[in-house]
Amino acid sequence: MAARERNPLRQQQAAPPSAPGPVHSRVALRVNGRSHVLDLDNRVTLLDALRERLDLTGSKKGCDHGQCGACTVLVDGRRANSCLLLAVTLDDSEIVTVEGLAAPDGALSPLQQAFLDHDAFQCGYCTPGQLCSAVGVLREAAAGHPSHVTGADAPADTARPVVLSAEEIAERLSGNLCRCGAYNGIAEAVAACAAAGTPDRTPPPTPDVIA
Amino acid sequence: MKPFAYVRATSLQEAAAAYASHPGSRYIGGGTNLVDLMKHDVETPDTLIDLTRLPLHDIRELPTGGLRVEAGVSNTDLAVHPLVRTRYPALSQALLAGASGQLRNVATTGGNLLQRTRCPYFQDVSKPCNKREPGTGCAARDGVHRDHAVLGHSEHCIATHPSDMAVALAALDAEIELYDGEHGTRRVAAAGFHRLPGEHPERDTVLRPGEIVTAVLLPPPAPGAVSLYRKARDRASYAFALASVAAVLALHDGRVRHVALAFGGLAHRPWRATTAEERLTGAVPTDEAVREAVDAELAAARPLPDNAFKVALARNLARDAVATLVRSAPGAPPARPQP
Ligand SMILES: Cc1cc2nc3c(=O)[nH]c(=O)nc-3n(C[C@H](O)[C@H](O)[C@H](O)COP(=O)(O)OP(=O)(O)OC[C@H]3O[C@@H](n4cnc5c(N)ncnc54)[C@H](O)[C@@H]3O)c2cc1C
Ligand code: SF4
Ligand code: FES
Ligand code: FES
Repeated sequence: MAARERNPLRQQQAAPPSAPGPVHSRVALRVNGRSHVLDLDNRVTLLDALRERLDLTGSKKGCDHGQCGACTVLVDGRRANSCLLLAVTLDDSEIVTVEGLAAPDGALSPLQQAFLDHDAFQCGYCTPGQLCSAVGVLREAAAGHPSHVTGADAPADTARPVVLSAEEIAERLSGNLCRCGAYNGIAEAVAACAAAGTPDRTPPPTPDVIA
Repeated sequence: MKPFAYVRATSLQEAAAAYASHPGSRYIGGGTNLVDLMKHDVETPDTLIDLTRLPLHDIRELPTGGLRVEAGVSNTDLAVHPLVRTRYPALSQALLAGASGQLRNVATTGGNLLQRTRCPYFQDVSKPCNKREPGTGCAARDGVHRDHAVLGHSEHCIATHPSDMAVALAALDAEIELYDGEHGTRRVAAAGFHRLPGEHPERDTVLRPGEIVTAVLLPPPAPGAVSLYRKARDRASYAFALASVAAVLALHDGRVRHVALAFGGLAHRPWRATTAEERLTGAVPTDEAVREAVDAELAAARPLPDNAFKVALARNLARDAVATLVRSAPGAPPARPQP
């Protein structure tokens, strides 16, 4: 774990007179298959812990308020905005970031490859969030989750996968904004993976590697 | 953000006791609203009491045929539950019309009910706001208030409640179960859980300090009832409601046996349209009857200079919602032949 003492997030705050307990905590996180134990100020978000403490700068800070999706990661297998999660609340959670999508030998996941094949980005700032969100979209559809545009008459059967039409993909990825407007390429990439039935190859919980 | 202590509660008793000993605390569910407000210094708790590790993650069918949804159930899990989709479509649709996939995965049932208004002045500590700081005034009244209330507002506050889910719960006659360390458990009707602002806009709900939302109770659906949720917003997805409606309808012999209508985006709380409901109950739900009933309800609207459009929007949503339900409800009159 890289020591970055210059980072203000790292400096422990003395408890203010009113605070009824310590304002920092020991937090265990598994990130991309590696276990980490961090001593964090309770205010540190998962996004800042990843970027500033673990040097995983793939996850991006766009708005820091849940409005853009650039910080999207997978928490216990589900997509979430890491800027609105306090790391202290995630003790013992399993996190996968964009850095964890490729195979250990560096081979890209089908989604990453599809993003290249379909020109699914320009500047790339939103891409890590788009990728993690798309992993979630594929999993949710495979689990039969309806969306706002799924017909109310669709069978309420969680075992029946939802077919990802272009409309479904646009709705399900609406939490990820792209200032470059690469939406068409993103939707095509996700559609290609959905059609190929290769949901994702995010590492299943791997044996522990101690950082 | 102000420094704060952190308590990971493992039982309701422990959570309530932690609050009692630190009245500057806040409970945290998914944190998608609270953390946002803490970053803006709108919320400055000295202690966060984490409720997410409490055993409150179940959706259970009750012997009565109703459903008990515990407060820690995520918005995603509630929206996709087969019993919710089949028996309470308005609830599933309301949830799926809100926020984004990644936010719904984290947001909880309790936190969704208790999310604060999206009034921009409430979120900006440099502006006067009676809800955030009672007595300072309301910056929205003479400011940007296109998204604000048209019904039930007061001179002190014109904010709306942003939850889509709460609107569906109000129409479905749900109840909210609350726990506090001193009084134990009580239930209140979802439709009466949120308040109108009156002279105390700082109080969003009837929740007492330290009380915990433990569950939402859905009664068995009225026989033959169908329901839906309609939402109008500035973009097709990932935006709060300008106006929305949850509608429940059951017919018998072509007449309305049960109807419930609740509006979102129009008031400081989900607005149960009781005037319209009274007019429609027992009536044949022709377009004419529905229009009159909805107009009678919205006659109480007092729009502000920049949001009069909401009244017409709500009227159209409600008429369309009821007309759609009339077509799909069992016991509907046969479709009239086209002229
Ligand atoms: C970009 C964005 C877009 C959004 N769009 C929509 C939308 O279109 N429609 C919509 O309805 N919502 C929308 N939301 C709001 C979202 O639904 C709420 O933030 C979420 O439901 C809050 O749930 P939570 O568990 O994260 O609450 P938290 O943030 O954890 O808590 C919210 C409040 O409830 C209190 N609390 C939490 N749980 C309990 C409990 N069990 N008992 C007592 N008090 C409790 C907390 O103290 C806090 O005051 C949006 C949010 C964002 C950031
Ligand atoms: S409308 Fe209510 S929340 Fe908004 S500024 Fe006025 S008092 Fe504050
Ligand atoms: S940085 Fe988290 S949603 Fe924008
Ligand atoms: S590629 Fe530039 S923001 Fe999406």
